[in-house]
Amino acid sequence: MNSFATFGNDLYTGKRSFDIVGRQKLWYTVSAILLVLAAVGLFGRHLNIGLEFRGGSEFRVSSISNTDNFEARGKSAIGSLDTGSDVIVTKIGDNTVRIQTEKFENALSDKVETALSKEFKVSADKISFSTVGASWGQSVSQKAITALIWFLVLVSLVLALYFRTWKMSMAALVALAHDLVITVGIYALAGFEVTPASVIGFLTILGYSLYDTVVVFDKVRENTLAAEGNGRLSYSQAANQAVNQTLVRSINTSVVALLPVATILVIGSRLLGPGTLLDLSLALFVGIAVGTYSSIFIATPVLADLREREPAMQELKKRALRFQSAQARRAGAVPSADENPTEDASPQDVTRVPSASSTSTTGRAMHPYVQTGPRNQPKRPPKSKR
Amino acid sequence: MAINPHNRGPLRTLSVLALLVLGLYGLLGAVSTWGEAQLTPKLGLDLEGGTQLILKPKIIGNEKISEGQAQKAVDIIRARVDGSGVAEAEVTTQGGGNIVISLPGTPDKATVASLQKSSQLRMRATLVEGAGAPTPVPTATPTATPSATPPAKGTSTAPVTGKPKATSTGTVTTAPKSGFPPALAAATKPAPTATATPAATATPTTSKSPSTAVKPKNASDLAWVTPELEKAFTALNCANPKSTEDIVDDPNKPMVTCSTDGRAKYILGPAEVFGTEIKDASSGQKQTQSGSTGEYEVRLDFNSAGTKSFCDLTSRIVSLPAPRNQGAIVLDNRVISNPVPQAALCAGNASITGNFTSASAKVLADQLKFGALPLSFGLLTQDNISPTLGGDQLRYGLLAGLIGLLLVVGYSLFQYRALGLVTVSSLLIAATLTYGLVTLFGWSHGFRLTMAGVTGLIVSIGITADSFIIYFERVRDEVRDGRALKAAVETGWVRARRTILISDAVNFLAAIVLYALAASNVRGFAFTLMLTTIVDIIVVMLFTHPLLSILATTQFFGEGHKWSGLDPERLGARTVTYAGRGRVTIAARRAAAQGNQS
Repeated sequence: MNSFATFGNDLYTGKRSFDIVGRQKLWYTVSAILLVLAAVGLFGRHLNIGLEFRGGSEFRVSSISNTDNFEARGKSAIGSLDTGSDVIVTKIGDNTVRIQTEKFENALSDKVETALSKEFKVSADKISFSTVGASWGQSVSQKAITALIWFLVLVSLVLALYFRTWKMSMAALVALAHDLVITVGIYALAGFEVTPASVIGFLTILGYSLYDTVVVFDKVRENTLAAEGNGRLSYSQAANQAVNQTLVRSINTSVVALLPVATILVIGSRLLGPGTLLDLSLALFVGIAVGTYSSIFIATPVLADLREREPAMQELKKRALRFQSAQARRAGAVPSADENPTEDASPQDVTRVPSASSTSTTGRAMHPYVQTGPRNQPKRPPKSKR
Repeated sequence: MAINPHNRGPLRTLSVLALLVLGLYGLLGAVSTWGEAQLTPKLGLDLEGGTQLILKPKIIGNEKISEGQAQKAVDIIRARVDGSGVAEAEVTTQGGGNIVISLPGTPDKATVASLQKSSQLRMRATLVEGAGAPTPVPTATPTATPSATPPAKGTSTAPVTGKPKATSTGTVTTAPKSGFPPALAAATKPAPTATATPAATATPTTSKSPSTAVKPKNASDLAWVTPELEKAFTALNCANPKSTEDIVDDPNKPMVTCSTDGRAKYILGPAEVFGTEIKDASSGQKQTQSGSTGEYEVRLDFNSAGTKSFCDLTSRIVSLPAPRNQGAIVLDNRVISNPVPQAALCAGNASITGNFTSASAKVLADQLKFGALPLSFGLLTQDNISPTLGGDQLRYGLLAGLIGLLLVVGYSLFQYRALGLVTVSSLLIAATLTYGLVTLFGWSHGFRLTMAGVTGLIVSIGITADSFIIYFERVRDEVRDGRALKAAVETGWVRARRTILISDAVNFLAAIVLYALAASNVRGFAFTLMLTTIVDIIVVMLFTHPLLSILATTQFFGEGHKWSGLDPERLGARTVTYAGRGRVTIAARRAAAQGNQS
């Protein structure tokens, strides 16, 4: 616990800094591999499409006192009616049996119910059944695609307006697509069943992934605006600092978001069996985990890459390098020239190394000026360049 | 009691929240005492047990249906559900014009099939009329069912348009006219007085073109009445609301059916005018040259095909003896009106008058308009949840929520120490508000909490708690920068508020899009997500922040106690902090600590 707080402190002050933005190639490679795996899963193995998309019937018999040999018994109960379709019998929890059939005459369901209640010796009110027409799943996925398009358009607009740059929208959407493809890919690879509830879960992931990215970007914007003003950090360095400073929040948030979802997942899979609850929570669990990864390792590096290409940002980088080497020289600590500038690059840290011995120096960012001479006023670029 | 002036603002904000909670629960209490609300959220079918049907309205031969047509479809279904006599059935619409019917218990197959039937309106000539209850004829076997009825499924597939009408008439005229036994004739005698249908009179608009009346009048010919029809007619008991469910409305054949109120039954000739041939129907007060008469009428407009068929029908039956001079308007297998034309009506419009009230005229006009819209309904899903399974789902869902909540509480206490208690109390306030709102929406908008909704609530625990995490981390950042807690809370709040608002806005947007476009019952998920996002903002603004501001003035938090979660020393603020009034917080303590060591 203590170490975690210290960890947070070090990340905030820059004493410990993970070079996340600088190693973007590594993360891109990792994600590329994941994406290829997802694509292999999608096109090689295909998704395990649920009953709701194919159409069919499902019966659930609960409170069975004796589930021995449930599979043969379920099949014989249905088979006696000779529906001529495949019958899948699964056991859920301790005392529930699920029977799925395809292409089922709706009118026969009464007879099946009677047969099942006789076979498993339960009263008819312990049997649930649902029938899904084949067009149902189609209409759900169609709606989902419409929802997706609307959501993307609206969110890009809102983000572009809020952050005043389309590049942030862009980077957020790249992370979003990344999350979605990987989540669906995991579904394909693991063979999880895709139901309309999972589709809704995927859509919710979009919201969560963006939510997470927005929190990080808000800090990025704050830090980079400051950097543009004082010219001490390049865009990438400022963005990296932001990611590091929000890392503790990202970890805490993910843990807090995953805990309830994981609870549903465990209870759902152990006690309830497949259903809305389990489908939604599984999609969310996978999506939240991937979303946290992408908001840290994908969204911010992509943003930094996009912004670093701007001439103004190149200029800022040069200014920052000049400032940092001058700062290092003045402080007496000579960082070797070939050292990666993004590491240990925050101004606080550069100044704090010598000041740690002296208790009279504060840790504030502006205090180096006090040591080095008259204080400069923060410079802001003209409005057109902000 | 003296109030710290610093706390006045936060306390005012907190009292706003208290008023809000009190108002919410006061309203809830009021509507449950004097209204019909209940104090627990309404549960969806998957938690309570019951059957849910989702129907998709379709127009035969047409792909899309308009908003107004979808509304009509809902009206038709509502009328059918009410007519089927199921108590507490709910009919609602869902995105994309789908119709959701929720029934407690399990409906039998016939009910489901009757709900799906396509809506068809036709005009036929009346051949025989009788009282609604079965006639005590010794030959009539009560078990006899209409022999000519294939399974009810056939009705929905019967084509409405394009069939030549009364083409078979030529052969029927030669058939013997003897098929009208005395017993049956006697039974029909008292019928005209027994009918509750208004003694409708169709006002002659124009009566000309006698040349069109040359057509054979065979649709009114009694030769249509075969022995089977008679048997079916005798057996038909209109007092039983389900008696007409199995009747096949084949436009080329005569049919046996009841009036909508079940007081009369009829043998009708083949269909002559089809619903699709009605251009429009309206109701209103009858207008004459002298102005409004105060009498209500239903006006009908036909298209060209309809004008001709209607002309044929009226000009043929106008001279026939009762009851064969009555037309019969049949909607969904039942006679909704049986007007008697006063003349041959060939102008393409007609008006039906009788003992209409404003409301009953409107009902008939609407029914005639439905007829112009041959809707059928495809069954998208049927879900039947046994009460046992529903109860299990609810129990496990709540259990999952409780465990999830405890884990989140445990984690935040571990991470934020005493500050975690602020998270816990904020979550409790959020839960209180959400519970009240869900219950209230159940009363005002019929919102039912489904499994998907419960999942949404559980998922939202994490998202709500995240707002507090953003806030606390921001405050900690400010403390790390060396600010005193009071200042850190204010500065951190201004910055965190922006982040919380934009991230909640994105979340809310996602929920709205989901809600507007989700087709299935997962809509409950989007709704609870939407609700909890708003609750989250309310709680952070009106509870968490003011509470933290007040706590910042306490010694425990303000001076950064080891267990407060805001201990500056542990947060790495190794520098002097001027705490006001000449007090210096960290340096003083560190100096003291060092003094003790040396």
